[in-house]
Amino acid sequence: MNLSEQFFESLAILTVNKLRTGLAALGIVIGIGSVIALVSLGQSSQQSITSRIQSLGANLLTVNPGAQRNGSVRGAAGGNTTLTNEDAVAIASSPQVTTVKIVSPEFSRRAQVTTGKSNTNTQIIGVTDVYAEVHKLTISSGSFISARDVESVNKVAVIGPQVATDLFGEVDPIGQSIRIGSQTLNVIGVTESKGGTGFQNQDDLVMVPLTTAQKQLFGVNYLSSIAMEAKSSEVMTDAQNEVGYLLLARHNLTDPATADFSILSQADILNTVSATTGTFTTLLAGVAAISLLVGGIGIMNIMLVTVTERTREIGLRKALGAKKKVITTQFLIESMLLTFSGGIVGVILGVVASYFIANLTNSPFVVSPEAIGLAFVVSVAIGILFGWYPARRAANLQPIEALRYE
Amino acid sequence: MGVVSMIKVSHISKVYHLDEVETVALSDISFEVKSGEFVAIMGPSGSGKSTLMHILGALDLPTGGEYILDGEKVENLSDDELADIRNRKIGFIFQAYNLLPRTTAIKNVMLPMLYAGVGKEERIDRAKKYLQMVGLENRMEHTSNQLSGGQQQRVAIARALVLNPAILLADEPTGNIASDQAEEIMAIFQKLNDQGHTIIMITHEPDIAEHAKRIIHIKDGKIFADSSNHKQRKIKKNQ
Repeated sequence: MNLSEQFFESLAILTVNKLRTGLAALGIVIGIGSVIALVSLGQSSQQSITSRIQSLGANLLTVNPGAQRNGSVRGAAGGNTTLTNEDAVAIASSPQVTTVKIVSPEFSRRAQVTTGKSNTNTQIIGVTDVYAEVHKLTISSGSFISARDVESVNKVAVIGPQVATDLFGEVDPIGQSIRIGSQTLNVIGVTESKGGTGFQNQDDLVMVPLTTAQKQLFGVNYLSSIAMEAKSSEVMTDAQNEVGYLLLARHNLTDPATADFSILSQADILNTVSATTGTFTTLLAGVAAISLLVGGIGIMNIMLVTVTERTREIGLRKALGAKKKVITTQFLIESMLLTFSGGIVGVILGVVASYFIANLTNSPFVVSPEAIGLAFVVSVAIGILFGWYPARRAANLQPIEALRYE
Repeated sequence: MGVVSMIKVSHISKVYHLDEVETVALSDISFEVKSGEFVAIMGPSGSGKSTLMHILGALDLPTGGEYILDGEKVENLSDDELADIRNRKIGFIFQAYNLLPRTTAIKNVMLPMLYAGVGKEERIDRAKKYLQMVGLENRMEHTSNQLSGGQQQRVAIARALVLNPAILLADEPTGNIASDQAEEIMAIFQKLNDQGHTIIMITHEPDIAEHAKRIIHIKDGKIFADSSNHKQRKIKKNQ
């Protein structure tokens, strides 16, 4: 019997028992497909979390008031009133601070926002014209708050897409008016959706000129934070130090431990990101290992069962004159055909499933070639091994024992 | 005819060792079957007739004695050499037919030729010829489960004959078949025997055994009668 004859004989055997072949192939398809889909799901979550954290702003430093690490009892972080417009101006103009590119003074507080018909409770942020640049916001329609708006204390607002939907539904919000407290503001712009729930939901907020927020809406003269963009990621620590010493001096403090502000840098966030990524990598390896194990055991079982079930057939073939090698070759070809075709279908199914999951969860579609390769190689190897091994065992039996096998 | 020795067994024994307990299935069996004979081996269950059958069929090896099949010693042969012997010299007919399930009659008949390395064209031609001989020319593309017991056994006979073996070994060939179909099988056996085929058949039914020319009785692993004194039941050929 030559190899091509054996190949066609094996193919014929596979097509004769379609249910058995189908079930065995399904085991392999599920085994490989689930590994690929799970790993892809994990990687896509990892990417979307990383990119969301990074979308908070590049090279971002944030000064928050009142969160020193020791000292007497204080209010909540950000509840303090020590951070002023002058601090922001000083940071921007000081010759000591050389590494900060943009300074964005901000005042934020939650408030009720109403229109004639509907209302929502959301974050109101007093901003200057550089806010959008620092926080990587883009305008989807209308325009952003200008320096002139801040100067003239204009009653204008730029709203996030979430607020736009909450308040106006399908109606174009540009030119509409909203009320915050007793003030009426004109909507001049809507930002692009950034999605998700980072440290704050950047879709669910209302931006107004800083001066309008401080003087007209809330009657305060301090800031709740100062966001800054450093000139590059290399100078983040320098920027943090420069701003820190400047503010300590301005607040007449000598000991950094008693600082009435804190500076959170993107570097801290990036550390969090890399820690998160590390956790995710471990998680993914675990998920991949477990699903490979489960898939592998499934494949092993189905191959063991289908081949062991055919011990009598092997006995018959031996009785009719099949040599050991002919039988083991036949089962080897069968399991190779089965696992390869099942494997390819599994890869396709896994990739398609990953695509739909990514679409459904609005996360990026990531497929790792390593996961595909590993899933395919391991599953096919297990399939072939456990298709071949019981066949070889049966082929080594005396034909009469194999024929009597129950 | 009847001069060439097809099977010669001398002092054959088979002892099973199970958990240090010795079970003697066959002891000191000697007989000879010449070309063209039709022998029935009879005995109650547990008499060792199936064990003898397996040894004659090279499906199993004896623990002692000598076995010569068609001039070849069947001792100390490797597994693959035994497979080759079975393929070339022996045609098996089993009680349970042992056809490949869900496989057509013609494919079943072609199987031994596949292992013998017969070319594809010839495989098909010969399979058709032998299926025709057992009267299944209209059932060639039927799968095993679409055939009656008698028809399946006839496919098995065609499969056994297809490589023109030295002997046909039938293990309770009518055991699973209705009596009218059993008659048909016996008719085929007698026809084959008339054509010169050597047949050894195992059975526990005396009236089936009487279709053979010679009956060997086995009991407790030993031959206790071997005669050709009975009147052979001849089946009238009406087709």
